Amino acid sequence: MQYIDEFRDKEKIVSLVNRIHFESKKPMRIMEVCGGHTMAIQRFGIPGLLPGHINLVSGPGCPVCVTDRAFIDKAIAFSRLPDVIIATYGDLIRVPGSSSTLDKEKALGADIRIVFSILDALTLAKRNKHKKIVFLGIGFETTAPGTAAGIVKAQMAGLFNFFVFSAHKIMPPPMAALIDQGVKIDGYLGPGHVSTVTGSAMYHFIPEKYKLGVVISGFEPLDILQSIYMLVLQHESNHPKVEIQYSRVVKPEGNTKALELLDEVFTLDNDWWRGLGVLPKSGLKIHEKYAEFDAEKMIPVEVEPTREDKGCICGSILKGVASPADCKLFKKACTPSDPVGACMVSSEGACAAHFRFQKS
Amino acid sequence: MCLSIPAKIESINGDMAICTVGGVATQTSLQMLDVNDLQPGDFVLIHTGFALQKISKEEAEATLALFDEFEAFNEMLDEEENQTGQRIV
Ligand code: SF4
Repeated sequence: MQYIDEFRDKEKIVSLVNRIHFESKKPMRIMEVCGGHTMAIQRFGIPGLLPGHINLVSGPGCPVCVTDRAFIDKAIAFSRLPDVIIATYGDLIRVPGSSSTLDKEKALGADIRIVFSILDALTLAKRNKHKKIVFLGIGFETTAPGTAAGIVKAQMAGLFNFFVFSAHKIMPPPMAALIDQGVKIDGYLGPGHVSTVTGSAMYHFIPEKYKLGVVISGFEPLDILQSIYMLVLQHESNHPKVEIQYSRVVKPEGNTKALELLDEVFTLDNDWWRGLGVLPKSGLKIHEKYAEFDAEKMIPVEVEPTREDKGCICGSILKGVASPADCKLFKKACTPSDPVGACMVSSEGACAAHFRFQKS
Repeated sequence: MCLSIPAKIESINGDMAICTVGGVATQTSLQMLDVNDLQPGDFVLIHTGFALQKISKEEAEATLALFDEFEAFNEMLDEEENQTGQRIV
């Protein structure tokens, strides 16, 4: 068992698709809130397999896409300081700030390193004691425990030239906000990897308060189709609930060690989400206890005023009320090689996924 | 970003492991899992250098077994379509 090919079996896909067609009667809008799902759905052509009355819409699940432009502007400001090395996941470096990108700053001489893990950023800090390493922490509950582990390790190793600039966020607040803001959906395809960390209990309020189902899904075509099938059954029988399709990885209780790390290092604070605005208690800020590793507290910097791009409707796309094809710039002024908005930069962004996998 | 991939543990050294993804080896931290519960040959889900969960073979097999049931259902539908000459889905 390699856990990939087994879940891409064509015959099984066909029979599952038939089953969905057989069971599904009522129109449905299903939202995915994980960039990995957005990519997989486009890549495997899932929308084309479903009955016409089932619509799949992308939500705010791409970490790069929901990140505030002011965050990029501040990261750029950090990168311009002479004694700073920026350590970042590759996804961020081409995201447009108000007047530049990290990539452009790098070409101009800023020391910006792409890392695959925060552990690489710690190594940078060890090797460059006379420099300040600023690690850009973005991502949801999947990614944040690694950042927390890195901060704890930095403290144990006495690496006081290591700092984190955190824009980490948690998933339940936007899932609630979307419904509160009147976005029409009939069920959530639950984020599989976020849930690996958090478990499933945090979604219970969704069927309880909003009467919507959540099925936590894996990322292979059979996973996604089975999750859609489970949502269809819930919808047809009017029994919304939280179910785990991705049971080979997601346990109801999540990953306790990762959750403890999150609790130890972060506190919840209000945070800004592209498309949704400020959501209460949706961002992970570094706890007072670890303030000496908090770039925002320790490294004062002047940031240019933030300007948003005209014409980019990324915010509406992240809310599920517009699709990339609705954007006038899509495939014209905005392409993956010359992106205007964050939804086109990140490979998980809805615009990039549509660009890459939809032949027109 | 949220890309997390199934990787096979090749060797374990303290709370670090060498894992392979499609033949490529990577260093992976096991600190978020119970190391005593892991051994070479196991699959874990890795994300930004950390193993986030052991992948359960039993659960994977149970999920796959469900699909066999769908196939049986499908054959039944085919049969019915053949007999009645009407398309069901
Ligand atoms: S196509 Fe480009 S400009 Fe249009 S919404 Fe997407 S990212 Fe923004």
